[in-house]
Amino acid sequence: MAYLTDRKRAQGTGSGRQGTMHHWQMLVSSILLVVLVPLFVLTFGIGLGGTYEETLAYFSRPFPAIVTALCLIVGILHFKREAEEAIEDYMHGVAERLTFIAVGALAYTLIAVALFALIKIAL
Amino acid sequence: MADVNRGNRPLSPHLQIYRPQMTSMSSIMVRITGIACLVLSVIVVAWLLAASTSEAAFDAWNGLLRSWFGKLVMFGATWAVFYHMLGRLRHVIWDFGYALDVETSEKMGMGMFIGATVLAVVAVLVV
Repeated sequence: MAYLTDRKRAQGTGSGRQGTMHHWQMLVSSILLVVLVPLFVLTFGIGLGGTYEETLAYFSRPFPAIVTALCLIVGILHFKREAEEAIEDYMHGVAERLTFIAVGALAYTLIAVALFALIKIAL
Repeated sequence: MADVNRGNRPLSPHLQIYRPQMTSMSSIMVRITGIACLVLSVIVVAWLLAASTSEAAFDAWNGLLRSWFGKLVMFGATWAVFYHMLGRLRHVIWDFGYALDVETSEKMGMGMFIGATVLAVVAVLVV
């Protein structure tokens, strides 16, 4: 017991059972969102509201397609971590683990579907 | 050092008996809008999927989004994503060690509510 270091004592004891990686990732994506959110709202907002043909033509252009893909990937991964943080704080045990996995499944499915749709429209 | 005091620590008051403050409410709203954005992104992704599938699917989803209720949800989503962006920006400022006093934090909290509303209205007017 006397040989345990403070670091060893602290390791794996937070509500997320992990270190500071999550916090660092949130800092990075929080800064990215300041650029991406206004870009996405404008790009997607302009794309919204046209006819079927106009919409397809708009999202096959490189700029709207790339901006939409980029913002959805970074945004959904950020919101996934946001939801995971809340789950770690308020849920415990099996329910916590299963909800955590479900949020991950939802987030990765959304990204896959979004990329498929954008590629299909663009090509 | 090695033997940490485990029983007799000061505890923070429970959420339900905690007096609502500018700092706590604006912080809780960041979390709520963050989770809301994950749920709301389903609407955006479904709209893209509908557009890539067929004209009939697109018209159905698009009609729903462009109804008065759909527009209300989209405005709410725009507000939520802007609020979350500003709230997270406040975390970034705090993480770098600035503006940690209560007074400035309260001002930033007010700025988040006002800023998100202004940005959402501007977005609606521009788009």
